[in-house]
Amino acid sequence: MLTNKRLIAAHFWLAFIVFGAALVLGAWQMFVRSPLNTWHFNPEFYYRSVTAHGSAMGYVFPTLIAMGFGYAITEASLAKALVGRRWAWAGFFLVAIGAVVAMIPVSLGLASVLYTFYPPMVGNPFYYIGVVMVVVGSWIWVALMVINFVIWKRDNPGKPVPLAMYANVAGCLLWGWTAVGAALEILFLILPVALGLKSTIDAGLARVFFSWTLHAIVYFWLIPTYIAYYTIFPRAIGGRLYSDAMARISFIMFVVVAMPIGVHHLFADPQVGAGFKFMHSVFTGLVALPTLLTVFTICASAEIASRLRGGRGAFGWIGALPWSNPIMLATALSLVMLGFGGAGGLINMSYQLDATVHNTQWITGHFHLIFGGAIVIMYFAIAYDLWPHLTGRALDSFGMMCTQLWLWFIGMIVTTFPWHYVGILGMPRRMAYYDYANPAISPQALSVTMSAIGGFILLLSGLLFLLVLIRGQFGARGEAGAYRFAVPLHMPARIPLALNSFGLWLALMVGLTVVNYGFPIAQLMALNETSVPAVYVGAGR
Amino acid sequence: MSDQPLFSVRNPWFGISVGVTAAIAVLSAVAGLIWLPLAQPDLKLAGVWDAICSAAGVPRAAVQEASIKPDFKTSNVVMTSEMLTKADQVSIGRGATLAQRCAICHGPQGVSDAHSPNLAGQFAAVTYKELNDFKTGARVSVVMSPFAAAMSDQDMKDVAAYYAFLPRVPSNSLDTGRPAPAVVVTGAPMRNIPPCGSCHGDIDNKAGSPWLGGQSAVYIKAQIEAFASGARRNDISEQMRNIARQMTAEEIDQVAHYYEAQP
Ligand code: HEC
Ligand code: HEC
Ligand code: HEM
Ligand SMILES: [Cu+2]
Repeated sequence: MLTNKRLIAAHFWLAFIVFGAALVLGAWQMFVRSPLNTWHFNPEFYYRSVTAHGSAMGYVFPTLIAMGFGYAITEASLAKALVGRRWAWAGFFLVAIGAVVAMIPVSLGLASVLYTFYPPMVGNPFYYIGVVMVVVGSWIWVALMVINFVIWKRDNPGKPVPLAMYANVAGCLLWGWTAVGAALEILFLILPVALGLKSTIDAGLARVFFSWTLHAIVYFWLIPTYIAYYTIFPRAIGGRLYSDAMARISFIMFVVVAMPIGVHHLFADPQVGAGFKFMHSVFTGLVALPTLLTVFTICASAEIASRLRGGRGAFGWIGALPWSNPIMLATALSLVMLGFGGAGGLINMSYQLDATVHNTQWITGHFHLIFGGAIVIMYFAIAYDLWPHLTGRALDSFGMMCTQLWLWFIGMIVTTFPWHYVGILGMPRRMAYYDYANPAISPQALSVTMSAIGGFILLLSGLLFLLVLIRGQFGARGEAGAYRFAVPLHMPARIPLALNSFGLWLALMVGLTVVNYGFPIAQLMALNETSVPAVYVGAGR
Repeated sequence: MSDQPLFSVRNPWFGISVGVTAAIAVLSAVAGLIWLPLAQPDLKLAGVWDAICSAAGVPRAAVQEASIKPDFKTSNVVMTSEMLTKADQVSIGRGATLAQRCAICHGPQGVSDAHSPNLAGQFAAVTYKELNDFKTGARVSVVMSPFAAAMSDQDMKDVAAYYAFLPRVPSNSLDTGRPAPAVVVTGAPMRNIPPCGSCHGDIDNKAGSPWLGGQSAVYIKAQIEAFASGARRNDISEQMRNIARQMTAEEIDQVAHYYEAQP
């Protein structure tokens, strides 16, 4: 039963409003830097826009989804009202206000530092303060999830924690710890400079702290999607989850190995030693395992569902799946995009190959495919699945939903495939202007134009999505019943303590962080003369 | 649940997960910190400990060779974006007195009619740096250098503060409607020219980049040509020389007249 429907709906609505606004900026960015745009514009606006789009899409939107979905999971899977409702609202408002505080200087052009902060560039302090507020708001959620988990375990000794809640807490713990990196960077390195207390900054150390956050944050974005794969998808297509233990092991592996690998974002940076880059690469290779496990388990679950419906043959069962069901469609499209994105990821994580795509448009193409594509399409699915339970009204425009999902998929492919390609041609990322008349660049013009058209398809799909949700608010009243998660094929009455708790995994997570990050951070802190003068953005105009 | 406590070697979950994790960590450390560096002949390592230090990123003393010095003077000013941004009244007052000597060429209000550069409203850090460079010989001008030669560091700061305090005066050819040349707004990426406006104002202002608006076209043109030919080389890290060398004569002409017409 969902008790705090307003709380959950508020998170989802705010998330999707932010998403809608940032989507418009994304499409505009796509357009202005493509050959379709023929007039001059102030390139500074481009960086404002990328900062706003990146911060909204990267920090605010997924955080709100994870929070709202987390509250829904707590109430639905533990079958009791959330403990700490007031705190949850406080967290929500902190995120909302933080987002506004951060966006004001960005829109005034005082903090066009891009969402990765890019020290030694330093912008208006309120931008960073706003980002910290968003993070602190999400930490309230982390604490609440852990508290609810602990209380439930105390009240139900010996019972397995429902998978959805277990995975949700895994995501919380991962986020709680990984956000520390960026928080340290902002509080101790950037803010003193932004506030004018210092005029130099250790950019190398700041980048190491950011990398601490940067890899595991993508798993934090991913976890709601994986929860939906494991606990919504099998139920929605009338089947069962192939294995509960396999699911738990995947989430545990994310907790343990998503953290000590962030230096793969610093392959080209001189301040980290080659040996540590290698160690991070090895663990990066490991992090592919939980994803492979997941793909296997989800396909197996789909096969079970299909055979229950009478599907037969080695591949014939695929046709018997309920393809007109939006959750089915979204999951399948998501897995396809995950496959392509994963292949690109293997290239990025290979030291030598990375050198050829580093800081090119390949990278932006890559993360849009995997994040904007594979992950966000499941956010849509989660919203579609949850909406009737939040509004108490039927959401039955299935045709519209399927069109929307197809458009998102097509738009994403049309946008990101040429985007990857121009990256291989050497087109740099994060530039506002390209002179396509120049013979050296003109071969890229066609691909960039295609990307821009894909961007408009995505915009259309995004608007359609919002339309479906709005219609859902006015649909026919109907009780949706209790919100349920998928049931595994075999649910043992007892499961090993290790799969029902986090102590061991937290210890490994922190331990590995110390092993892989301890020395590089300690050394950079100890070295003198590693600071450079800050470059203030938007000053003295 | 499982009967054994979690943190116990008797619990297989504990033993296996900690064991496997530790094994991977140790193996990757041995490979990354010892084996791989030693396998690279170019690194010229003196042994295992040296290999570990090198791969861990401990800074190593660079080979001691005398660095090659240019046969001309370079600027010794260290530019930061904070430099001389806070002026005090005393300094401005002293500067006003000192600046009387400069008025014949730079104008009593810091605005010249004789193609000497306008100084009114120029960033203090810029005026200070240029004076310093004239004094050390990093920038050379037969006309201007002698005036800087006798100035003390404090004199230069004071004059700089005074000129920064004076209001900018638009030139007679003020024309704000004039369209900006492409090189000012977008640069020319294929020739490695960033937009002028990204350093000189309008888009952004970077430390040490002079305000160009209202400067005489003759002066601007002469300076860009001097950068291009290498006659002027006091710009730190060749910021302007690299740009000027890539500019066409037509572009130089366009920007000179464009900036002259700006406030
Ligand atoms: C005899 C004329 C003359 C006098 C007097 C003179 N200057 Fe100059 N000044 C010039 C000329 C000409 C230039 C341009 C030099 C060049 O072409 O490189 C110049 C350049 C400068 C510049 C560099 C401006 C820029 O934008 O790069 C500064 C600063 C300056 N003068 C300050 C002073 C100060 C301060 C005094 C008084 C102490 C002074 N000048 C006295 C003729 C003069
Ligand atoms: C990377 C930043 C940067 C860019 C881009 C740039 N400049 Fe400069 N420019 C400088 C700096 C710094 C100086 C001062 C050099 C010194 O230290 O004397 C300078 C000096 C000049 C001067 C001499 C001004 C004086 O009063 O002495 C002119 C003229 C000039 N730039 C024109 C241009 C034009 C035209 C462009 C565009 C094609 C341009 N600059 C682009 C940084 C830049
Ligand atoms: C829906 C999910 C999306 C997410 C999560 C997302 C996320 C991001 C992030 C984090 C950045 C910052 C990248 C950087 O700083 O280099 C970014 C940049 C960008 N995004 Fe998106 N985005 C999404 C959708 C879109 C869409 C639909 C479009 C096009 C219509 C788009 C176009 C762009 C462009 C053009 C950039 C700038 C890239 C550059 O110049 O380097 N984005 N996006
Ligand atoms: Cu990563």
